[in-house]
Amino acid sequence: MSNWDRFLDSFFNARVAAEYLPKVIEGFWLTILLAGCIILTGLAAGLALAVLRSLGIRPLNWLIIFVVDLFRALPPLVVIVLLYFGLPAAGLSMSGFAAAWLSLSLVLMAFAEEIVWAGITAVPRGQWEAARSTGLGFAQTLGWVVLPQALRMVVPPLTNRTIAITKGTALASVVAVQEILGAAQAGVSFSFNPTPLTLGALAYLVLFLPVVILGRWVEARFAWKR
Amino acid sequence: MTFDDFLQAFFSWEILEQAWPILWAGFLNTLVLSAVVVPLGFIGGVILALLSTLRSRWVRWPLIAWVDLFRSLPPLVLLVFVYAGLPFAGLEVSPLTAVAIGFFLNTGAYYGEILRAGIESVPHGQTEAARSTGLTALQALGHVVLPQAVRNVLPDLISNTLEVVKLTSIASVVALPELLFQARQAQSVTYNATPIMAAAVIYFVLLWPVVRLLSRLENRQMAGRR
Repeated sequence: MSNWDRFLDSFFNARVAAEYLPKVIEGFWLTILLAGCIILTGLAAGLALAVLRSLGIRPLNWLIIFVVDLFRALPPLVVIVLLYFGLPAAGLSMSGFAAAWLSLSLVLMAFAEEIVWAGITAVPRGQWEAARSTGLGFAQTLGWVVLPQALRMVVPPLTNRTIAITKGTALASVVAVQEILGAAQAGVSFSFNPTPLTLGALAYLVLFLPVVILGRWVEARFAWKR
Repeated sequence: MTFDDFLQAFFSWEILEQAWPILWAGFLNTLVLSAVVVPLGFIGGVILALLSTLRSRWVRWPLIAWVDLFRSLPPLVLLVFVYAGLPFAGLEVSPLTAVAIGFFLNTGAYYGEILRAGIESVPHGQTEAARSTGLTALQALGHVVLPQAVRNVLPDLISNTLEVVKLTSIASVVALPELLFQARQAQSVTYNATPIMAAAVIYFVLLWPVVRLLSRLENRQMAGRR
């Protein structure tokens, strides 16, 4: 067998691929489910924190800033490991899926809060004053005048950050979630052949390549005219 | 569970004293690892950014494909592929080599995108003016364009570097004894979550100043975009 044949037999083995493709596809849907959950809860929580912060209650803001800084400084894998392997020491245990969901949601929440808050502060003061002087209340001003402008401003950084954190779903393989990478690694250890990893990498490309290209488009579409 | 049990499980002083030498060794390895992979990724990024200044479409499209490919694959997937896959191709790689290859490809793509945006933000007149004073193309790039480019994207560069240092925690998956790996070892020996908690605290203390700095820079940047 030539080197090339051996390479093909290792990484593109049709028999192994056929056997483990269903597992990797199952992992693909699980990755999408996990990513969807993280995006929903993470963005919602981040937006909620930014709105809370705009109320300007000092002690509350300190708390928010601390929590945000905490989850921006901690590596996501450390948070996942702490929840999954640490909590049982306190008599609480959670599934790998729940640990990954909660951890990455907290991380996305932190980054989203920071980005949305930067957007809110970037809306000129006059917008607030004008809206309030027309008789809108604080909540109405925030919801109908400030947030729409702020959110539009932060679409590119928010999109990029969300994509980056969503790729962290692969970390869930460390806590035994059979998402794409977990399923692929299981396949490698059963078959003694790296073809399932090739399938896994392809699955990630199918999932994320369009997203990355969309991110490029969003960046151009909402670009700042300098 | 009482509050004392909770303290015993997460903040036990005896366990911390026992685990400290192991954690400290891991912390030093994390620093060394960062000192290896950050420059490596940065060099990769500079190469990509310089190539992108060539206008030829034979360089441009393969470059975009390369960058998008490695931005689409989650870093952990890349790392596992290199570490678990290459031996099947007859290349036995050490954990450190695997991490270095994975980070070179992944973070190089991110640094490359940032630096490219930086170079594009410098008006073309700067190059023309530099060339007309007698500088060669290389001198103009090195002495005139790059310094301005780096300054324009400094917050993004710092932010990416922060992410890279956090990302070194995935090296624990390939048994490289950095901070998270050491903490997990200590945790599995002591059946206590204190070592992981301590690792989280170490990461936080190490990276919090960077997060603070970034948050200031980002707010200023967003405010400047009104």
